[in-house]
Amino acid sequence: MSAGDVPGDGARLRAEGVTLAYEQRTVIRDLDVAVPDGSFTVVVGPNACGKSTLLRGLARMIKPAAGRVLLDDRVISSYGPKEVARRLALLPQSPTAPDGITVLDLVARGRYPHQSLLRQWSVTDEEAVRDAMAATGVTELAERDVGQLSGGQRQRVWIAMVLAQQTPLLLLDEPTTFLDIAFQLDVLDLCADLHAGGERTLVAVLHDLNQACRYATHLIAMREGRIVAQGPPGEIVDADLVRAVFGITCAVVPDPQTGTPMIVPAGREIRRQRREAARAEDPVGSGALGDA
Amino acid sequence: MSGTVSRTVSNTVLPTGPVVRTPRVSLRVHTRTVTGVVVLLVVAVVLAAMALTLGDYRLSLGQVVGALTGSGSRAQQYVVVGLRLPRVAVALVVGAALGVAGAVFQSLARNNLASPDLLGFTTGAATGALVSIVLVGGGPTGTTIGAIVGTLVTALAVQALLGGAVGGYRLVLVGIGVNAVLAALNNFLILRTDLSTAVAAQSWLVGTLNGRSWPEVLAVAVALVLLVPIAVAGSRRLDLLGMGDDVARGLGVTVERTRVVTLLVGVALVGVATAAVGPIAFVALAAPQLARRVTGTTGPGMVAAGLMGAVLLLAGDVLGQRLAAPTQFPAGTMTAAIGGLYLVWLLAREWRAGR
Ligand SMILES: Nc1ncnc2c1ncn2[C@@H]1O[C@H](COP(=O)(O)OP(=O)(O)OP(=O)(O)O)[C@@H](O)[C@H]1O
Ligand SMILES: [Mg+2]
Repeated sequence: MSAGDVPGDGARLRAEGVTLAYEQRTVIRDLDVAVPDGSFTVVVGPNACGKSTLLRGLARMIKPAAGRVLLDDRVISSYGPKEVARRLALLPQSPTAPDGITVLDLVARGRYPHQSLLRQWSVTDEEAVRDAMAATGVTELAERDVGQLSGGQRQRVWIAMVLAQQTPLLLLDEPTTFLDIAFQLDVLDLCADLHAGGERTLVAVLHDLNQACRYATHLIAMREGRIVAQGPPGEIVDADLVRAVFGITCAVVPDPQTGTPMIVPAGREIRRQRREAARAEDPVGSGALGDA
Repeated sequence: MSGTVSRTVSNTVLPTGPVVRTPRVSLRVHTRTVTGVVVLLVVAVVLAAMALTLGDYRLSLGQVVGALTGSGSRAQQYVVVGLRLPRVAVALVVGAALGVAGAVFQSLARNNLASPDLLGFTTGAATGALVSIVLVGGGPTGTTIGAIVGTLVTALAVQALLGGAVGGYRLVLVGIGVNAVLAALNNFLILRTDLSTAVAAQSWLVGTLNGRSWPEVLAVAVALVLLVPIAVAGSRRLDLLGMGDDVARGLGVTVERTRVVTLLVGVALVGVATAAVGPIAFVALAAPQLARRVTGTTGPGMVAAGLMGAVLLLAGDVLGQRLAAPTQFPAGTMTAAIGGLYLVWLLAREWRAGR
C-alpha cells in the first residue's frame, strides 16, 4: 500500500481532507487517513512533522480548518463531549499531573466520561480503575503522590488513566519517551496485549523505527504534514522509505529476533557523503524527498 | 476490560472512601471534606456568636440569644439586631463570596497565587465602582454594576498580559503592575471629585464593614445563592482542567465553556463583594488554600473555600474592632496585615521548593 491509498471501510476513525492549523501555521493540509479497525497503528516521522497534530486532530483537540474527522461514520464534533470520550481516549505527549494528586485519584479521573451527578462511583468504575491499574502494574503505587514517581512509573500511571476510560479506540502520543529500554518494551508489550483481544484499536506515535516495525500492524510514515507511506511494516519499510522520511542512508535487514524490518543506519562517513551528493544535486534542500 | 490482559487482576479494595450505592445511584462521600465543612461551620457560628457579644456595650451570650429571639430589652435588641448582626452577616457573606472566587481563579490559573486581590481584580472592581460613583453619582446598583464591569475588564486584561498558565513570580509581578496602575487611577478619580464624595469614596476604598447593613447583605447573599451552585457544579470540570486542556477535553470536559462560565462566576462574586464593602485583601488568596489543608483535597473545594473565607473575614473584623479598642481598624486593613504575612510565608516556601 502506498501514500494516498486509504482503507475506507472498516475504519471507525478516519479523517477526510483535513487541514489542521495553529493560528497562522498550517501543519497538515488536505490529509486523508483511516485507522484500520482492530489495528495497532504506529505513526512515525521526524520531529515537528505533525504527528501530535494529527493525533490531536483525530481526537477533536483541534478543529479542522477544512475537511472532517469521522468517528463511527459521524462527524466527530456532532457527538456530545462525553460520548466521544467513551469511544476514544487520547494520552497527549506531555500531560501534567496536578500538584499532590495520588495515583489512584489520577487513574480514577479516567472514569469521568462514564459518571454523572447521580453516578459518581459505580461498581463498574471501581472495577475499571482496578483493572487498569493491574494491567499497567501500578496497583502498589495507588496511594503515592504522582509527582514523586519516576518517569517510567508516571508514564504507566497515565496509561492506566486512559485505560480506565475503557474506550475501543486508544491514541497514545509517544508513550515510550523518557523510558529505559526495559520500560519501553513493557509499555509496548502492554499495548500489544491490549490490542491482542481484537476489540481495541490502538494508535501510537513512536520514535524507534525498529520497535515500530516490531509492534505495528499498520505503519504510517509522515513527513512535513503528509503521509509518505502506510501499510504493514513488512511491506512498506525499506531503505528508500527511511531516506524519504528521515533523510538518512541506511540498510534494512530482517530483525534477527522477529523477522520484521530492522533499520541499520549507515556509518557517519557514508551518510556525510550522501548528504553532500544530495545537496549538490538539489541545492534547495528537498533532495531527500526527491530521490525517493 | 477484555480477558486478554495477561497480568494478574488484583482484588485489593481501592482506598476511595465510602460510597453510597443503590442499583442506579452511586454517591461518593469524602469523609474528610464533610468533616472539614462541619468544623468550619461550627467555627463560623461560634465566631459569629462571639462577635455579637463583643463591643463597647458588652453582652453575655444569654443576652445575645435573648435579643435575637426578641425577649431582651429594646437597647439590647437594637445593638444586637440593628447594629452587630448585619455587620456579622456582611462579613460572612462577603468572606464567602471572596473565598469561592479565590478557589475559582486559583484553579482556573492552576496557580495558588492567582487570587483576585494579588492580580488586581479587586482594585479593578474598585476602579469600576469609583467610575460609577464619580461619573454617574453611584447608588448601590450603579456601584455594583461598575464593580463587576471593572473586575471583568481587569480579569481580561490580566489574562491577556499573562497568556495562559504561568509560574508564581511572573503572576505576582504582573499583579503588582496592574495593582499599581489601577491604584493610581483610583486616586486620580478621587481627586477629580468634590470633597464629600471623595471622603466617602476614600473610606470605602480601605474596605470596611462599618455602617454596612441589610441591603449589602441581601445583594451579596443573592449573588451567593445564584452563583455558588454554578461554581460547585463546575468544580469537578475545573479540577480536570488542572491536567491540561488536552487531557480534560479527552475526558469529555467542555474546556472553553467551563472556563468562560467559571471566570464569569468568579468575576461577579468579586464585583458584588467589593461593591458591598470595598476592596478586601487576601481573603480570596488564603481561604482556598487553608480550606484545602482542612479538607485534605487537591481540588477547588468551593464550599469549604467559601466557609473559610467567611471565617477569615469575620475573624479579621473582630480582631480589627477589638485589638486596639477603642481604635478600630477596618477589616480590609486587618486582612491585609495578616494576609501579607501569609503571602511572605507562601512565597518563601515556593522559593525554597525551587520553583
Ligand atoms: N500549540 C501550537 N501552536 C503553534 N504551533 C504548534 C503548536 N503545536 C505544534 N506546533 C507546530 O506544529 C508543527 C508540528 O508539531 P507536532 O507537535 O505535530 O510535531 P510532532 O511530529 O509531534 O513532533 P515531535 O516528534 O517533536 O513530537 C511544528 O512546527 C510545531 O512547531
Ligand atoms: Mg509530538
